[in-house]
Amino acid sequence: MEHDHLEQLENQSVYILREAYANFKNLAMLWSIGKDSTVLLWLARKAFFGHVPITLVHIDTNYKIPEMIRYRDQLAMDWHLTMVYGQNKGALERKETFPDGNITRLQCCKNLKTDALKNTLSGEWPRYRLNLQTGKYELDKNKDPYTGVIVGARADEEGSRSKERYFSPRDKNNEWDVGDQPPELWNQFKTDFAPGTHLRIHPLLDWTELNIWEYIERENIPITDLYFDKGTGKRYRSLGCYPCTTPVESTSKNVAEIVAELKTGKFVNIAERSGRAQDKEDGGGLETLRRDGYM
Amino acid sequence: MESTRIPTPFAPTGIPGSKVEGRIRMNIVIVGHVDHGKSTVVGRLLADTGSLPDGKLESVRAFCERNSRPFEYAFLLDALKDEQAQGITIDTARTFFKSAKRDYIIIDAPGHIEFLKNMVTGAARAEAAVLVIDAKEGIRENSKRHGYLLAMLGIKQITVVVNKMDLVNYSKEAFEDIRDEYIAFLARIGATPRFFIPISAFNGENLITPSDKMPWFKGHHLLGAMDAFEKEPPKANQPFRMPIQDVYKFTSLNDDRRIVSGRVESGSAKVGDPVVFLPSGKKSRIASIEGFHALPRTEVGAGVSIGFTLAEQIYVGRGEVMVKASEVQAEVSRRLRINLFWMGKKPFNPGKTYYLKLGTAKVPCRLEKINYLIDASESGGQTKSAVERHDVADCVIELSKPLAFDPIARLESTGRFVIVDQYEIAGGGIVREALPEEVHVAASGKPSLLSRSTLGGEARARLLNQKPALVIISGGPGRNPNLAAKALETKLIGLGKHAFYLGLEDAQESESLQTSESGNAKIESGWEAEVPAAILGQAASLLLDAGLVVVAAAKGLDSEDIKTLENLVKPHALLQLEAPADAEEATGTTAGLVEEALGKLRGMGSI
Ligand SMILES: Nc1nc2c(ncn2[C@@H]2O[C@H](COP(=O)(O)OP(=O)(O)OP(=O)(O)O)[C@@H](O)[C@H]2O)c(=O)[nH]1
Ligand SMILES: [Mg+2]
Repeated sequence: MEHDHLEQLENQSVYILREAYANFKNLAMLWSIGKDSTVLLWLARKAFFGHVPITLVHIDTNYKIPEMIRYRDQLAMDWHLTMVYGQNKGALERKETFPDGNITRLQCCKNLKTDALKNTLSGEWPRYRLNLQTGKYELDKNKDPYTGVIVGARADEEGSRSKERYFSPRDKNNEWDVGDQPPELWNQFKTDFAPGTHLRIHPLLDWTELNIWEYIERENIPITDLYFDKGTGKRYRSLGCYPCTTPVESTSKNVAEIVAELKTGKFVNIAERSGRAQDKEDGGGLETLRRDGYM
Repeated sequence: MESTRIPTPFAPTGIPGSKVEGRIRMNIVIVGHVDHGKSTVVGRLLADTGSLPDGKLESVRAFCERNSRPFEYAFLLDALKDEQAQGITIDTARTFFKSAKRDYIIIDAPGHIEFLKNMVTGAARAEAAVLVIDAKEGIRENSKRHGYLLAMLGIKQITVVVNKMDLVNYSKEAFEDIRDEYIAFLARIGATPRFFIPISAFNGENLITPSDKMPWFKGHHLLGAMDAFEKEPPKANQPFRMPIQDVYKFTSLNDDRRIVSGRVESGSAKVGDPVVFLPSGKKSRIASIEGFHALPRTEVGAGVSIGFTLAEQIYVGRGEVMVKASEVQAEVSRRLRINLFWMGKKPFNPGKTYYLKLGTAKVPCRLEKINYLIDASESGGQTKSAVERHDVADCVIELSKPLAFDPIARLESTGRFVIVDQYEIAGGGIVREALPEEVHVAASGKPSLLSRSTLGGEARARLLNQKPALVIISGGPGRNPNLAAKALETKLIGLGKHAFYLGLEDAQESESLQTSESGNAKIESGWEAEVPAAILGQAASLLLDAGLVVVAAAKGLDSEDIKTLENLVKPHALLQLEAPADAEEATGTTAGLVEEALGKLRGMGSI
């Protein structure tokens, strides 16, 4: 009974995942390797009885912490995942990035994440797919656009996300029209869409940061250890690119300690993404990014 | 930049700290006419209960001062830029706060008529509602509309607050006038509010403490009323219903389970229970309850997303409802009396085809007639030929094929539906009752313009050394029956048999046969054209008469479609196989299916 609320959240997320699978031919799930999207991946295994019949897409900014990539490929092999990544090779080659010192953080996010995502989802840029036999990535022959994209956004992350739908349409330019969103009632979702548009699907909308960690603890989900303090008195609360992500002060060394720490209310007044520098660049950094198709 | 910066939206950071063991959460929606003070109620509740992050209130006040704008509690909530610019709530914002009793998720719904669909979205997620009426303006159109939408959405616990009492000098008479009028209105739609409270949200009167300004009022303050709402217990003794989301057969990792999956919407079921699938009427028994990384179980109750394997293998699919043979069954009909609210930009018109989605079923539907309009403007029950945006109506619809459902009085979850107009959910409603069906001409009943050979099939079978049969390879989403079907055709030809491949566009996706390239919407079309199974059946029937073994690949056929096919190809045999879920990945699985088909065809004496 203790985890009744987790039970409810799991049932709802599984329902949404199955609805997504039943309604979209070309379905992808974004896997950032962080805690939320890893919980999402676990929920997919729940929904499909140990199988993951959905392609996992990772947008590789080339500035992810190297452990994350190793962890990604290991899980992909262990769980027989259809694993695909995409990247803004052009911007990286031309050094149009913030760490290269040539553009702002926000502009860098647009290049390496938003644009990479847009073009990977549409199939316009090459995708690389993990060969489970060899453990190597190969050019993916499938160039079809993904019309359903499952994302691990949560409503409690920040203001604009609290207005999302479970099934949220994106137009041709990946844009989110916050003012004109579809109605959503009684578990009937928007599953019809005009050519050229696609839907973002948010099975974790109702989860809080604490729920995520409680669930990781209950299910014993393998999670990257970057979230834990390894003796420095610091840990990551939200994982992004290393040049723009700062750890928080914390001595939590494992999942149970993170759950306990969150329960004390220590972070209650500190936004989860406060370690993400790009959110602070204009009045509503994340909202500006999101309208433009950011995850 | 800094001085014109819009205050950072209140970012709820979850409710860490408040999550004491066993604490209960409740979703409450705040509704009411535009500007009657919903966001102010929520903002002030957050401030007074100490639920705001440190410094948030001060920073919003400072922002207002810098920009010479009067301070608004609504700014704490109206997280998006658009809203701050216009000062109205566009969408529902969810915020978290707690009382001594429990945790609340507050859904602040917009009051402007334009955003009715957002209000409905917010309210549909709620367990209880607070309806705000402005003491000075009194009951307005949306005060009423929201009232009966709450009733239709199934929200039974309603507290009405009469706000801005400061503007009417905290007058008892003003409060009672509004109360009596609104109670009379709610009674007409069969609803009764739990509490009626006079408040001033802006001044914090009667919000979390009794108000000195209104000593004449003896009832609960708002927080007290919210705490008095009851958590609805899961309803016992309801009949078992599980709309099928999908039937999974993942062959990778040597999994040979065939799992009927969905969420139990009501009742419970256990291993061994005889079950019936509706509308097809097919029967089986629960062999096992399946899960992943979960404790083994033999029984499952409402709210659980689950999967079953069946003792007898039958062809059932998405859209059917699983019920227990021993209990009251869901109803099956093609004509329904419904209550409907319409949110679409274009009206709900007779003569046009829409889609009705109920549970996991999606069925073409048409408006037959409007019985009457339930009107918010009190101008009396005028008659209309179409249901316009923001109307609520009692009407009759007809469906192109039978649907399984429950009348709303019996069960809520299988008695509610939405209506899709092209790409958009445009209406929502509840089923009142099934109506007798009018006689319909079946798709197969249309006279053919062609006449066929009348020579007996025997001679032809001897000549070709085979008996005609239709092999249907079907499969749900993600499956690729075409691959398997083409492999089977090739194999048959290799064996010297006369085989012919037919492929049908996804039956669920292309009911009009004019599917757009990448969209998956249904294009408006004639009623009869929407039966792809009939098109396949007619083509196959010709080829079968010519003596061939027809191998057809079709996605998304439901059991109703299979029945149509059986009728159309009679007296020829029909063999139905399911493509494995991952045929695309492992070509080995296609070979398995081809072998299975050959074995069965031999068994039938066809080859
Ligand atoms: N005098 C007075 N004004 C109030 C009170 N409550 C709210 N208001 C004012 O009424 C106006 C509308 O309040 P909101 O809370 O934005 O109204 P709303 O119902 O959320 O409006 P929408 O979301 O746009 O439908 C604001 O200017 C508030 O300051 C009150 O108790 N007394
Ligand atoms: Mg408001």
